[in-house]
Amino acid sequence: MPPTEPTMTRAPFLERMMRIDRRVIFLFIGVALIFPLFFDISQKLPVSREVQMAADALEAVPDGALVLFSCDYDPPSAPELQPMAVTALKVGLRKKWRMVIIGLWPQGPQQANMALRTALEDEQFKDLRLTEGVDYVNLGFQSGNEAVIQKMGSDIPTTFPRDYRGIPVGDIPLMRGIKNLGNFDFVVNISAGYPGTREWVQFGVDRFGVRMISGSTAVQTTEMFPYIGRQLAGLVGGMRGAAELEQLTETPGRALKFMVGQSVAHVIVILFIVIGNAAYFATRKGKKGN
Amino acid sequence: MRREIPTFIALFVGVICIVQFFIPHRPFGTLVDTFSDWFGILQAFAIWLGALNLLRVSLERSVAKKSHDRWYGIVVILAFLLITITGLFFSGGRGFQLAGTRFDYLYVNIYTPLSSTMFAILAFFVASASYRAFRARSWEATLLLLAAFLVMLGRVPVGDTLTGFFPDGYRLSDVASWIMTYPQVAGQRAIMIGIALGVASASLRLILGLERSYLGGE
Amino acid sequence: MGHRSETIRHRGLTSVSGHLAERNNIARRHSGTVVRQGLLGLLLVVACCGLAQGQTSQPSDTSAVTNPIIAQLPAPNPPTHVRGSDAPNDNGGAIVVAWDKSPDDGAGINNVASYLILRGPAPSGPFDTVGAAAAGQTSFTDATVHEGESYFYIVSSVTLAPVPGGAPQPIYTQSDPSPSVQGRAQWFHMGRLNALIAVIILCSAILYFINAARSGKPVYIRKIGGLEAVDEAVGRATEMGKKIFYIPGTQDMDEVQTLAGITILGRVAKIAADYEARLEVPVSRSLVMVTCREVVKEAYLKAGRPDAYREENIYYLTDDQFGFAAGIDGLVMRDKPATMFYMGAFYAESLILAETGNSIGAIQIAGTAMPAQLPFFVAACDYTLIGEELFAASAYLSKEPKLLGSLKGQDVGKGIILATIIIGIIVTSIGALSLKTNDPARLGQYNIGRLFEVQ
Repeated sequence: MPPTEPTMTRAPFLERMMRIDRRVIFLFIGVALIFPLFFDISQKLPVSREVQMAADALEAVPDGALVLFSCDYDPPSAPELQPMAVTALKVGLRKKWRMVIIGLWPQGPQQANMALRTALEDEQFKDLRLTEGVDYVNLGFQSGNEAVIQKMGSDIPTTFPRDYRGIPVGDIPLMRGIKNLGNFDFVVNISAGYPGTREWVQFGVDRFGVRMISGSTAVQTTEMFPYIGRQLAGLVGGMRGAAELEQLTETPGRALKFMVGQSVAHVIVILFIVIGNAAYFATRKGKKGN
Repeated sequence: MRREIPTFIALFVGVICIVQFFIPHRPFGTLVDTFSDWFGILQAFAIWLGALNLLRVSLERSVAKKSHDRWYGIVVILAFLLITITGLFFSGGRGFQLAGTRFDYLYVNIYTPLSSTMFAILAFFVASASYRAFRARSWEATLLLLAAFLVMLGRVPVGDTLTGFFPDGYRLSDVASWIMTYPQVAGQRAIMIGIALGVASASLRLILGLERSYLGGE
Repeated sequence: MGHRSETIRHRGLTSVSGHLAERNNIARRHSGTVVRQGLLGLLLVVACCGLAQGQTSQPSDTSAVTNPIIAQLPAPNPPTHVRGSDAPNDNGGAIVVAWDKSPDDGAGINNVASYLILRGPAPSGPFDTVGAAAAGQTSFTDATVHEGESYFYIVSSVTLAPVPGGAPQPIYTQSDPSPSVQGRAQWFHMGRLNALIAVIILCSAILYFINAARSGKPVYIRKIGGLEAVDEAVGRATEMGKKIFYIPGTQDMDEVQTLAGITILGRVAKIAADYEARLEVPVSRSLVMVTCREVVKEAYLKAGRPDAYREENIYYLTDDQFGFAAGIDGLVMRDKPATMFYMGAFYAESLILAETGNSIGAIQIAGTAMPAQLPFFVAACDYTLIGEELFAASAYLSKEPKLLGSLKGQDVGKGIILATIIIGIIVTSIGALSLKTNDPARLGQYNIGRLFEVQ
């Protein structure tokens, strides 16, 4: 008899469920994230303790206060952090804070400018005219990581001799009389990594006693939990925290919109994990039975 | 001498850095800042080493006919030239990074979306890694799986919708918060204590010259 | 820090004691004459408004001065007993200013809203504003002094007087100048004494065990799976005829994890040279590239294979985090290495790299001391060195007694910390249980954690 060709048999269904091609998972996640963007779905989020503290801390800062924004992030983390920067700036615009913006990351000041432009596009601020140098100033980026915070503790004009536009700090009306961190009523730190919240806590809060809240990416939020309530007046973690902050401050924005996609994506991930584990147990049971 | 001099420099600078932590008096208090500034200057000049190396490697790849990286080398060189020339000559000089300049246009419309895209890939990779890693193969893996379930569901509104009938404070979002605040922080702190001790021990070995393999030797 | 009334700035000299400068530039234009409440102060302010030179571009607003409501409001009582003292544990650049609260602090129609702190080189001035404190506070740290120079401080009570139809106007009353005070540098930071004791104990333990190991005492180290698999991983690459990719983190030479990664690279490079496997090391920092080249070259020399060393196999990609991740991913997808090593400090790019390596079926061994990235490596890699295992790797792979001894010393430190935590838990629990109060201030007195605070 002629030799028979080897027959191709498909792996049993359960084994295939244990080894789903990652591209199938990517497709489901992609649809889960994109689909809600086309629909105006709103959801009320339960508010976590740390974000409530952050919102309360922002509201407690008086009108006209002098507030420092340290924007320590870059474009890759902007999807998570930009919404919280925009929200904090909107609160500042509403309360007519005098805002000084700096960056410990090179792209931070640029991101801050973009966030301010986005905040000003809000309907409630359409008649607002801000004067750079009087109502707000962007001092730009300064290299040195935590050493910058340390120097700001004693002398800000020396640490940032010029603003983002190149104008000497002595010629900027808003900067007159600002010597060091002690002159600020509050600090808002938006951080994607190093240098960021941890350095602000170590140097800004512990050494110079500044009062601050932090907005950070979801992955490093867990490392900031020990600081809540002591060094940090509040913590906004990841997209979820940004969405909660938008809800609490009644400034709906991108984070609330994107949270719907995140919710669906989480459910899809859990479903795949369940499928994988169900297939795993069923396969193991089958083998034991054999 | 090739290894002795760097070892001595490591010893000297290491000891100074430890001493200055305890002695605020001049000159110790400011020495670490001075050393950091020096290192920053070294880093700034060293960038040229890397940039030139990258250009050389890319050039070699782009001229090598059989290299499957050829077109990638060409793209690297073209992108390098585009950004450099635009920033230096066509973006208003010193204010090249201000809004509205050509450099800013490239930053906002090319670099920013590319970087954000790479970061966004994480969303997909987290899903595929979770699917593969969270299997209840042992009781520790089962614990990990359970914690992941509770936190993932608790961090989105769906979790509270599913457990809305539970009393306040016992819903999924509260359970997720509890996991993040207590067991997670405890585990993190334990790892961080171990890391701190590891860093101390490794640093002592480097300072005392017991570990010199980074100099190219035992 | 106290909230400071800022409306004064926009309206020029409008306070009754108008020569007080809340901004340095105004202080320089007006020699710091101390003005007190009453008609004399009013007249002087009016005169100074007229004489004011080179002010800010805002016109001087005298409406508050001539406003009868402001003029009739009594100024608050000043704080008393202003004194300065050298701030402890510093380099002489700070002075702590203390005072007794104004009687009007928290009381009365001229309730003090805040305090303004001014500093001058002599009791007669000129005085510049150096800071502010909220009502209720009785001290302020001036961190802008020069060591050895004498300073005098004045603290001013500030009240906010209502103005019909306008923003509240601050009214100041100054204290008498403090006695002379100088900042002095200390030779030892007493707040870090506990840290010094801990460092001495830990270093002594490490040095003791290094000596003990050198003298031949056997040192037991538990098995670390990831390090046991290094040989197997390199051998796999040799059998398959594919490359090994080694990534020593994404940080620079000032990060100790990078040094640990480079140290392990030396060992891996020697094994790769022995097995004749192709090793590539793409890096994210120029200085790391230079160091890695030296280390790999030396490893190949030691293995007796200097001819196999290729400098171009250790190359720089980019400093940019995601540019580096994209570059590595591209190389991995095209070259399909058999083995990937990730040893060093990583951030968000960790999962991107590890998942890409997993997708091509490479065997992956990772090691990092970044707690946030460990879960991603654990999920995506075959073996992961967790935290301190990365720093132990060099000792583990070389089996050198002096390095193994340092691991033992490290364990002593861990044992001491563990014992302290347990004692702390027991003591705090007993203290909390025995107290019949929930008052945090009283609970705090049982907090032995204070012993371990480092300032």
